Amino acid sequence: MSRIGLFITCINDALYPQTPKAVVAVLERLGYEVDFPQDQTCCGQMHANSGYRKDAVRLAKSFDRVFGAYDAVVTPSGSCAAMAREQYPALIGGDIGERVYELSEFLLDHAGVEDVGARFPHTVAYHPTCHGTRVLGLGDKPLRLLRAVEGIELIDLPEADQCCGFGGTFALKNAEVSSAMLDDKRRHAAGTGAEYLAAADNSCLTHIGGGLSRAGGPEPIHYAEILASTE
Amino acid sequence: MSAAFPKAAKVALGMPQLRSNLAHATGTIRDKRAKAAGELDDWQRLRDTAAAVKADVQHRMPELAVTFERNAIAAGATVHWARDAAEANAIAARITREAGAEEVVKIKSMATQETGLNEYFAAEGLAAWETDLAELIVQLAEDEPSHILVPAIHYNRTEIRDIFKGRMPDAPEGLTDDPAALAEAARLHLRRRFLSAKVAVSGANFAVAETGSLVVVESEGNGRMCLTMPETLISIVGIEKLLPCFEDLEVFMQLLPRSSTGERMNPYTSVWTGVAAGDGPQNVHIILLDNGRTDVLADEVGRQALSCIRCSACLNVCPVYERTGGHAYGHVYPGPIGAILAPQLEPGRHDDLPYASSLCGACYEVCPVKIDIPEVLVHLRQTGPHGVGEKAAMSAAEAVMARPRLWRAALGAARFFSRPWRRRGFMRRLPWPGSKWTASRDMPVPPGESFRDWWKERER
Repeated sequence: MSRIGLFITCINDALYPQTPKAVVAVLERLGYEVDFPQDQTCCGQMHANSGYRKDAVRLAKSFDRVFGAYDAVVTPSGSCAAMAREQYPALIGGDIGERVYELSEFLLDHAGVEDVGARFPHTVAYHPTCHGTRVLGLGDKPLRLLRAVEGIELIDLPEADQCCGFGGTFALKNAEVSSAMLDDKRRHAAGTGAEYLAAADNSCLTHIGGGLSRAGGPEPIHYAEILASTE
Repeated sequence: MSAAFPKAAKVALGMPQLRSNLAHATGTIRDKRAKAAGELDDWQRLRDTAAAVKADVQHRMPELAVTFERNAIAAGATVHWARDAAEANAIAARITREAGAEEVVKIKSMATQETGLNEYFAAEGLAAWETDLAELIVQLAEDEPSHILVPAIHYNRTEIRDIFKGRMPDAPEGLTDDPAALAEAARLHLRRRFLSAKVAVSGANFAVAETGSLVVVESEGNGRMCLTMPETLISIVGIEKLLPCFEDLEVFMQLLPRSSTGERMNPYTSVWTGVAAGDGPQNVHIILLDNGRTDVLADEVGRQALSCIRCSACLNVCPVYERTGGHAYGHVYPGPIGAILAPQLEPGRHDDLPYASSLCGACYEVCPVKIDIPEVLVHLRQTGPHGVGEKAAMSAAEAVMARPRLWRAALGAARFFSRPWRRRGFMRRLPWPGSKWTASRDMPVPPGESFRDWWKERER
C-alpha cells in the first residue's frame, strides 16, 4: 500500500476546512489511508508568480522536506499541483512535482475509479479553472467524476473556459480588469440557474463566490465536496 | 515601478463602446481561428516544428543574418544594418531623398510602427502614407493602432464612416457605413497614392536566409501594389524574422493565416528576391533591424518572445486584452505578446506589463510557435523591480509560511480576530490593501474549527 500525503493548500488551511475533509472522506471510502503532515504550509505559488523567486524557492524546499517521503501527494487544487509539477523543477530541481496529483488525476489515473459512490441530488454548473485545465491538462477529469455522481444534474456554463479574473495578486494589482472579468463569469454562472457552481480550486471559487455573494447566483462548492456527499 | 497599465486599463474599462467593439471583434476572430486550426490533424506537430525552427534561428542568428545578407546582395538588393530605431529611420529617409521623393506609400508593418517611422518622416519633412485599410483609418484619425493585426479594432463601422467623412478630403458624398462602401472609398483614395508613388516602405513576415528572399503576407492587395509599382522599395526587417530555408515557409504558411485571420490561406503572399530586371522595383533596399533584439537573445527564458510571427492569436484570446484594448499597454506590441516583448525590447520601461495577466494560459494554448507566454511573464516578474511596501509584505508572508508553528499561530489568530463576522460568513469591507479585493468581492471568514483541529480530534 503506497503512502499518500494530503496537501490541503494554504487557502483551505485558512478558509475552507470542508474541502480537505471531503478529500479524506472520498479517499478513505475507496480504501486508501491518508496522512496529513502537520508541517505543511504553502506551495510557494503566490511568491513565484508575483516575482519573488527566492521566497518561492524556500517554500518549495519546505514542501519537498514535508512531502518528500510520500509515494503520492494528493491535493484538491489544480493550481497548486501545477505549481509543484511545472515550476518546481526549475526552482529546486528534484522529482517531487511528479508525485503531486490533483484529486481527479489521482482518482482516475492512479486509483482507476470514476464512480466514487457519491450522491448529490442538485443542479451543478462546473467551471474548469485555468491552471488545472491548461497547465496541468486535467481536461474533463473532474467532470467525468461528477457525471458519475448519483442524482446530480450538470448544467453547461457558457464560456466556461474563460478565466474568472482571479490570477492571485492580479486581483489586487489590476483590480479593475479582474473585476470586469469576474462580472462576466458571475453573469454566466447566475444565468445557468444552477444551485451550485463547482470547480477544482477554492482560490478561484473565493473570487467568483465573492462576486456571487453580492449579486446572487449559485453557491460555490469545491467538487471534492460533491464527491464526498452521500445525502 | 510603473502603474501605467492599471491606470490606462481603468480608463478603457469605462468606455462601453470600446468594450463592446472589442468583445465583438475578438470573439469573432477567436471562433474563426479555433475552427481553422481544428481542421488540421497535424496542428500540434506544426506548432512543435515551428517552435523548433525558431529556436534554431535564435541559436544561429549571426550565421543566418550574414547568409541572408550575402544572398540578398547577390540577387541585386542593397542590405543595410540598423542597430536601433533611429538608424533604421535615418537610412530609410536617406534612401527616399536619394530616390528624389518626398513621400512613400507603406505596407502594414510592425517594424516601422516600432521604429516610429511615420513620425520621423513627418519631422524630416517627408510623408509616409499607410495603405492598409485599418492603418489608413488609424492614420486619418491621428490615432495609434490598438492591435497587431487589426489596428482599428477599437472602432466600429459607424465610427470609421465618421472618420472618413471628416478627414478624407476625397470621401464620396453620402458615404454610408456599409463595409463595401467604406472599402470602395478607401480604394479610390489610395489608388491615386499608388499611381504617383516613387518609393514604398514595407516590413516582412519572413526573411529566407538560403535565398535572400523576403515574404509579405497580406489580405488586401495594397501590399502587392506597394511591392511592385514604385521604383524603389525599402523593407525594414527585424532580424528575428529570419528562416533558414525556403522549405520552412511550408510550416509557417500553414500556421500564420489560420492563427491570425482564421483563414486557410491569406489572399496575397508576395515573395521577392533582390531585383528582377525590368519587373518591379529596380532599387531594392533591405534594412536589417536589431533595436534590442540581440539583448533579448541573451536571456535564455525570455528569448522565446523572438519566435513571435505577429499573428495576434494571443491578443484575441486574452481576457485582459479583450477588456482593455491595445492602447492601455502603451506600446506598439499590446496584449500577451506585448507584455513580454515591450519590457524586453525597452529594458527599464513597461515593468508593469508582465503583471497585466491573470496567467490563465489561453495565449500559450493558441500560440502557433508555442511561446510559453505565462512562463516568460513569471520570469520577467522574477527578474524585474518590486515596490518597497509589497516586497515587505511578501517577505513577511514568506517568513510566516516558512515556519509551520508560526503559520499555525497566524491561522489561529485569524480565526480569533474574525469571530465578529463569523455568523454572517463574509466581510464586505476590508482596510487597504484588502479594500482592492472588497471593492467588488466579499471575503469569506475563517472557520471556527480548522481542518487541523478536526484532524487532531480524529487522530485522538
